[in-house]
Amino acid sequence: MTPLKHAAKHPEIWRRFSPRQALLRYACYLGIVAVAVWSVSAMDITWFFLLDAHVQALDMATRMWPPEAGYSRKLLTPLIETIHIATLGTVVTVLVAFPVAFLAARNTTFNALTWFIGRFILVASRSVNTVVWGLLFVAIFGPGPMAGIWAITFRSIGFLGKLVAEAIEEIDTGVVEAIESTGASRLQVLWIGILPQVLPVIYGTTVYRWDINIRESSVLGFVGAGGIGIVLYAAINQFRWQEVSVILLAVFAVVILSEFVSAAVRRRIT
Amino acid sequence: MTTTPSLSDRGNTPQWHRIRTIENPWVRRGLVAIALSYLLWSMGSIEINWGRAADGVPRAVDMIVRMLPPDFSRWGLLFRGTLESVQMALAASFFGMILAVPVGICGAGNLVPKPVYLAARGFIILSRTFHEIIVAIFFVKIFGFGPLAGVLTLLVSSTSFISKMLAEDIENMPPGQLEAIRATGASFPQLLVYCVSPQALPRYLGVSIYRLDANIRHSTVVGIVGAGGIGQVLAASFSRYDYDFALAILLTIISLVFMGEFFSNWVRNQLR
Amino acid sequence: MLKISGLSKVYPTGAAALKNVSFSVGEPKVVTIIGPSGAGKSTLIRCINRLVEPTTGKIMLDDVDILALNRHDLREARRRMGMIFQEYNLVERLTVMENLLSGRLGYVGFWRTYGRKFPAEDVAAAFALLERVGLSGYQNTRADALSGGERQRVGISRALMQKPDLLLVDEPTASLDPKTSRQIMRILVELAHERGTPALVNLHDVGLAQSFSDRIIGLRSGEVVFDGPPEQVTAQVLTKIYGEEDWSTTIRKVEGESGKPDKPHSESEESMLRESLA
Ligand SMILES: Nc1ncnc2c1ncn2[C@@H]1O[C@H](COP(=O)(O)OP(=O)(O)OP(=O)(O)O)[C@@H](O)[C@H]1O
Ligand SMILES: [Mg+2]
Repeated sequence: MTPLKHAAKHPEIWRRFSPRQALLRYACYLGIVAVAVWSVSAMDITWFFLLDAHVQALDMATRMWPPEAGYSRKLLTPLIETIHIATLGTVVTVLVAFPVAFLAARNTTFNALTWFIGRFILVASRSVNTVVWGLLFVAIFGPGPMAGIWAITFRSIGFLGKLVAEAIEEIDTGVVEAIESTGASRLQVLWIGILPQVLPVIYGTTVYRWDINIRESSVLGFVGAGGIGIVLYAAINQFRWQEVSVILLAVFAVVILSEFVSAAVRRRIT
Repeated sequence: MTTTPSLSDRGNTPQWHRIRTIENPWVRRGLVAIALSYLLWSMGSIEINWGRAADGVPRAVDMIVRMLPPDFSRWGLLFRGTLESVQMALAASFFGMILAVPVGICGAGNLVPKPVYLAARGFIILSRTFHEIIVAIFFVKIFGFGPLAGVLTLLVSSTSFISKMLAEDIENMPPGQLEAIRATGASFPQLLVYCVSPQALPRYLGVSIYRLDANIRHSTVVGIVGAGGIGQVLAASFSRYDYDFALAILLTIISLVFMGEFFSNWVRNQLR
Repeated sequence: MLKISGLSKVYPTGAAALKNVSFSVGEPKVVTIIGPSGAGKSTLIRCINRLVEPTTGKIMLDDVDILALNRHDLREARRRMGMIFQEYNLVERLTVMENLLSGRLGYVGFWRTYGRKFPAEDVAAAFALLERVGLSGYQNTRADALSGGERQRVGISRALMQKPDLLLVDEPTASLDPKTSRQIMRILVELAHERGTPALVNLHDVGLAQSFSDRIIGLRSGEVVFDGPPEQVTAQVLTKIYGEEDWSTTIRKVEGESGKPDKPHSESEESMLRESLA
C-alpha cells in the first residue's frame, strides 16, 4: 500500500482510473461487445421467424390449455422410471467416480500417466452431455432405461470425480503423514487418513448430483433412453398439447420436490 | 498393542467410537435397509430387455471398431457446426450477463419490495426447473429450426443461473454498508453503483465467465432437437450410423470444452 | 436544531425500544447518549434519519418535520444528517476517496456520480478532510486495506463531506482500542466544534462520554432517565441508568480536574476541549 503522493499535491485532478487504465477498460468493453455482435450477426439466424413468434407462442398456449387432467394417471409409471434412472445412475457413479478421483488428484495418484488418465476421464465425461451419452448408449444397449442409467453415470462421473478430486487435493496432509508414519499401507492411508476427510464432500455432491440427474433423466427419453421424456417427446410430435402441459406440470413437480429433498439432506449432513 | 496396556487396565475403560455422519445406530441401519430395499425394488421394476442388453458388449465393440479411426474428412461441416456452437455460447453468455443484472437485483430481498422479489424468484425457479432440451423444443416450435432457438434457450438458462447467483450475493452483503450509503441521502440507482456494484462485481464476473464455459458445453446439445450448433451435426451423424464422423465430432467437442474451461480459468485468475 | 418530542418505537416483534422520548439538541454541542445494552440508543439514532420508522412522535430538524417527509424529501433531509457507525460501514472495495465522495451522493446527479465526475470543490473538500484527519496520501487506498482507526476516520470524513447540520454517531469507538478510541473521539469533537455541527453520539464508555461531551443523556429501557452536564454524572446517576454496581472506578474525578481530558495532543486541541467542556 503505497499511497500516491503526487495526487495529494494536485487535489483537483483526482480520477478513479489513470488514463491508461481507463483506456484499457474501454478497450475491454469494446472487445466484448464486438465479439457479441459478431456472434449474433455471423450466425445463420432467420430473423423473419421472429415476426410471427408471438402468434406461434399464443397458438401453442391456447392449445395447451386446459391440461388434460385425466391423463396424469398414465404418467406415474414413466415418472417412477425417471426417478429410478437418476437414482441408479447416481449409485453407479459413486462406485466409479471414487477411484477415478483418486487417480486424478495429484497427491494420491501413482504417476504422471495415471494422473493424466484420471484427468482425461473426468474432462471427457463432463464434455459430453448426458443426452449425447444417451445417444451413444441407445446405440449400444438399444432403447430403454438401461441406456439412460449408463448415460447418467457416464456424465456424472466427471462432475462427482472433479469435485472429490479437488477435495482430496485440499485435505489436511498432516493427518496423512501421521498415518503414513505409523507404517500403514497405501490402502490403509486411503481408508483411514483420506476417506473420512472427503466423506462429507462425497455425500454432499452425490445428493446434489442426484437432484441434477432427475432433471437430466426427464429428457433422456428424447433419444430413447427411458423415462418420462419418451412420453413427452411422443406427445409433442403428435401435437397432443393438452397432454404436453400435464407432463410438464408433472416434471415440474418432481424436479422441485427433488430439489427440496436434496437441499434438506445437504443441510442435515453439512 | 501390548505395549500400551495402561488405559484398558483401569476399571472403567474410556469409551471411544468412530464419528459417524448419523450417530444413532438404529437410524443408520434403518436407512441402509431402506436404501437396499429401494435398490432392489428399482432394479426389479425397471423394464430392461436383458437379451438386448447382453448384446451390448459385442455391439459396443462393433461400434468402437466402426468409430475408429475418427473421420475428420468433412472438416468443413465440423468447423461450421463448432463455430456456430461457440457463437451461440458467446451470444447467450453476453446477453444473459446483461439481463441477469436487473433480474438479479429484483431477486435480492434486501433491495426490492416483496412482489418484485417474488416475481423475479419465480422466473428463476421456473426456468431452472426445465431442462434446456425441453425449453429448446418449445423455442424450435416458436422460432423455427436453427441457432436462434438455441441461443434463446441458452439465454434463458444463463440469465436464471447468473441472476440467482447475483441475487444470493447481494442478499449476503453486510447490511451496514447499504445502510451507510442510504443514510447519505443516495438515490436507489446511486446505492446500486456505490455499494452493490463494487461489492458484487467480482463474483458476478466470475459466475458469468463460468457460465460461458457451461454454455459451450450446453450448446453442443440443444442441436439434438434442431436448435443449431454442432449438436445438430452430431445427432444427424448418429442417425445415419456414421460413427467415425460422430467420434470426430465428439473429440472436437471434448477439446472445445477443454479449451473453454482453460480460457475461463485463465480469465478468472486475471480477475482476482 | 434538532427537537424530538414524544418519540416511541415498538418493533414488529413487540419490543418497545423507545418510550415517549423528548429532548432537543442545538448549538454546536456534543451530546452523548449512554445506557445499557438494549436501552434503545441505536434505535433512537436510527429513528432520527428514519433508517428505522418510529411508531409515534415528532422529530423536527430546524423547521422540517422529518416524519412527514415523502421518499424524495427524506433523501434531502438525510443528506443534512451525517451518520457514523460502529462498524465503519465503508464500502470495502471502493477507494478511500470514493468512500468520501459517496457523502456527496445526495447532492450530485446520478450520471455524474456514475462516472466519478464530482465537482472540483467536492474533491478539494475531500482532500482537505483527509489531511485534517491525518490520512493524506491515502486517497487511492482501498477501504478494506485500512486499520480500524483509519476506517473510522474515513467514516467521519464521509459524514462530514455531507456538510451536515447534525451528526448522528452510533458507538464510534466500540471496535477500537482505548488509545485509538480517544483519538477518534477527539477528532470527532474537534471537527464538530470547528464546523459548528451538533453531534448526537452513542457511547458505551462512560469515561469517554464524560471527557468529550457537553451534555449526557442517560437512556434506560427506552426512557430518558438522566439529562445533564457530564459533571453531574455521579454514582447515583449511573446506578439509575445501568443498575446497581460499584462505580468508583468508572467515574472520572470531575471534582479535582475540572473536566480536562488526559494528555491532549496539541495546544489547539487542549484549548478546544477546555472550551467544549466549560
Ligand atoms: N430490528 C429490530 N427488530 C426487533 N427488535 C429490535 C430491532 N432492533 C432492536 N430491537 C430491540 O429494541 C431494543 C433496543 O435496541 P437497540 O439496538 O436500540 O439498543 P442499544 O441501546 O443500541 O443496545 P447496544 O448498546 O447493545 O447497541 C432491544 O430490546 C432490541 O432487542
Ligand atoms: Mg446499539
